[in-house]
Amino acid sequence: MTGSTKVDGGSVLRFAAHARFRFDETRQAWVVLAPERLLLPDEQAVAVLKLIDGVRDADAIIDQLGREYQAPREVIAGDVLTMLQDLVDKKVLRQ
Amino acid sequence: MIATSTAVEPPLALLAELTHRCPLRCPYCSNPLALERAGTELDTAAWRRVLSEAAALGVLQVHFSGGEPLARRDLASLVAHAAQAGLYGNLITSGIGLDAARMAALAGAGLEHVQLSLQDSDPGQGDRVAGLAGAQAQKYRAAQLVRDAGLPLTVNAVVHRQNLGRLQDMIELALQLGADRLEIAHVQYYGWALKNRAALLPSREQLAQATTLVEAARVRLKGVMVIDYVVPDYYARRPKACMGGWGRRFLNVIPSGTVLPCHAAETLSGMRFPNVGAASLAEIWHNDPAFARFRGTDWMPDPCRGCERREIDWGGCRCQAFALTGDAARTDPACALSPDHELLAAARTETALPAPEFVYRQHSAVVRRASEHVSPAP
Repeated sequence: MTGSTKVDGGSVLRFAAHARFRFDETRQAWVVLAPERLLLPDEQAVAVLKLIDGVRDADAIIDQLGREYQAPREVIAGDVLTMLQDLVDKKVLRQ
Repeated sequence: MIATSTAVEPPLALLAELTHRCPLRCPYCSNPLALERAGTELDTAAWRRVLSEAAALGVLQVHFSGGEPLARRDLASLVAHAAQAGLYGNLITSGIGLDAARMAALAGAGLEHVQLSLQDSDPGQGDRVAGLAGAQAQKYRAAQLVRDAGLPLTVNAVVHRQNLGRLQDMIELALQLGADRLEIAHVQYYGWALKNRAALLPSREQLAQATTLVEAARVRLKGVMVIDYVVPDYYARRPKACMGGWGRRFLNVIPSGTVLPCHAAETLSGMRFPNVGAASLAEIWHNDPAFARFRGTDWMPDPCRGCERREIDWGGCRCQAFALTGDAARTDPACALSPDHELLAAARTETALPAPEFVYRQHSAVVRRASEHVSPAP
C-alpha cells in the first residue's frame, strides 16, 4: 500500500480504473463518475481533465493550458496542481 | 417572485431497492417497519424498464440495494442492463451470499463498485448486531472476493453508542480488508433506528471523541483510504441537507415499484406515492404531486422561508420533522432555529441511561402492533 501520493509538475496522472469521465447528453455537460462520488466539473476543470491521458505530466498539461488560454504559466500552475492533488486524494485520479 | 414553473433538473442517482429480503436483522435497518414480502417485488422485466427509464431521465448512478440485493437471482442481469444503459453501477451489500461465481458474474456484467456493510470490528459484536451467527466471517470473505475481482471497495461502518469505543479498530479493519474508501456513518434515526434510538444514540462525549479520531485518521491515511463521515444530527445546530433537497437529486424505487424521494418517505402517513406500474419515471419525477410537495422553497414554513440557508439545507429532513413532530411540513427539529429543537434535547437524555435490548428488524405482526410508524396500505 503506497501512502505517498504527492502531486508535482512531474506527476503523470490517469483516471482510476473505476472512474468514468464522460459527456452526459441529458445535461449537455461533462461528468466524472466514481465510487460514491459524482463530480460536475466546471469549464476550467473539464479543460484539465481532457488532458489527463496517462502520458503527459502535470507540467505539460499546464503548458498546454497556458497556450490555449494565453495565460501566464504561474497563474495556471497553482490551480491545476491543487485540483489534481484533490482528485488524487479522492482516488478519482492516480499516478 | 412566483416560481411555480421552474424547470426541474434531472435526478443524479437512483436507489434501486430490489428486495426487502435480507439474512441480517440489524436494528437500525433503513427499510421501513412494514417490510415488503418477496411476492410483491417487481420482476426482472419491470426492473429493466425502470433502469432504462432512469438512464433516459438523466440518472447517472444506480445503487443496487435492498434488503440484501444478492437475494435476487437476477441481480447480475440487472447490473448488466444498467451498465448497457450507461449507468454507473454500485452494489450495496451485507456480503452474505456472495461467492466467487456470483462475484465473477457481477464484475463481468459491468459492476463498478461494491459497498460492504460492517457492523463492528469485534466478530462477536458484529454477529450480535447483525442478528446472524457467522456474518462477520462471511463479510471478510466478501471483501476478499471484491478485491480479487479488481473492483473498488467501500466499507460502510455504521456506528452508534454500542460500538464507538472500537472505532479505531474498525478503521484498522477496513484497511486490512483492502478498502479504498471507508464510510463511517452514524446511525440516522428513522424507522427501525428510531425504534431503537435509546439503544443506539451516542452521548455528546462519544460523538466528540469519534469526530476527533476520524479527523486524525483522515490526515494519517490521506492517499491510502478515503474516509467519509456522516454525523448524527441530534447534536447539530443546523440540519442536514437531506437528499440534497426533496425531489432535486435522488429517487428511490422500492421492491414493489413505489417511487419515493428518499428511502424513509413512506413513513409520511397521509402522502400517496406513485408506482412505476402506472407511470414512467420521467412522468413521476416531473409531474407527480408527491415529488413536487416539498421541492424547492415555496412549501417552507418560518423560520426556513426567510433563512439565508434555505437553499443550502432545504429545510432539513421531512421524515425527521414528521417522526418527531407529526408534521412533515415543519422545520426539521435538528435546526437550532426550529421551535421544536427541544425535542432533540429530550432524546439526548436517553444516552445517560443503560442501553435497552435491541428490537431486531423482522417481518411480523408483532412489529405492526408495536409501531405507530407503519405506513398505510397502498
